Amino acid sequence: MSATLQQKKRPEFKNIHVTQIISYRLPAGGFASFLHRFSGALMFLALPLLLWLFDLSLTSELSYARLAEVFSSWVVKVVLLGLGWALLHHLVTGIRHLLLDLHIGIDRDAAARSALLVYFISLPLTLVAALKLFGVF
Amino acid sequence: MASNIGTRRLVVGAHYGLRDWLAQRVTAVVMAVYLIAFGVYALFVLPPGYEAWAGLFVPLWMKVATLVVLMALIYHVWVGMREIFMDYIKPTSIRLLAYVLTLLWLAACAVWSAQILWRV
Repeated sequence: MSATLQQKKRPEFKNIHVTQIISYRLPAGGFASFLHRFSGALMFLALPLLLWLFDLSLTSELSYARLAEVFSSWVVKVVLLGLGWALLHHLVTGIRHLLLDLHIGIDRDAAARSALLVYFISLPLTLVAALKLFGVF
Repeated sequence: MASNIGTRRLVVGAHYGLRDWLAQRVTAVVMAVYLIAFGVYALFVLPPGYEAWAGLFVPLWMKVATLVVLMALIYHVWVGMREIFMDYIKPTSIRLLAYVLTLLWLAACAVWSAQILWRV
């Protein structure tokens, strides 16, 4: 009886635990996907900040003027830049995931290439956002 | 059981997450369309200043469209956060608590965003 129970012990497949993320060498698609999840969680945590800024921008002319004051702090700028990156990465990898769902670019090589292409779109756009935020143009 | 894999997988009954999977994608498309259209308009067409910015949210259709997109965002966030909690929080009681707090918090955000929009 115990022998058959032993035999029937099925293999366990576990998710990568959050503490193991760094030690895993993920393929490009896996890493882009991990950052998709990370950027999503980041934006969830920032939701109150964003709603507060939206509130300030619409309530009155006075609160709109206060917004400029808030934006002048470099801490806020860095936080907003981080969120800008999160949004752009999440959007671009999200579109990639939707295309994969439609079986577009689903074979191994194409998927690996698109996983790298993601950064070539999201990072330059983040750079543009950074230049705009820090008043280069 | 043998036929319950691959393309023959049984996906009816308890839905096995199909509804959330689909909702996550539909809400994503709704947000992407709004975000890109809104972003292009706000960056390249809209004149600077409070008048033009607040004026954008005066028509009822814009309030409704924005709120619908925010509702889509909240549903999308719920599906995503639930997925994260399911993967990383193993003790059932803590996971349940995380679900409840997230739902309450998102409900509060929904009410808050409606209040912001309808004050313009």
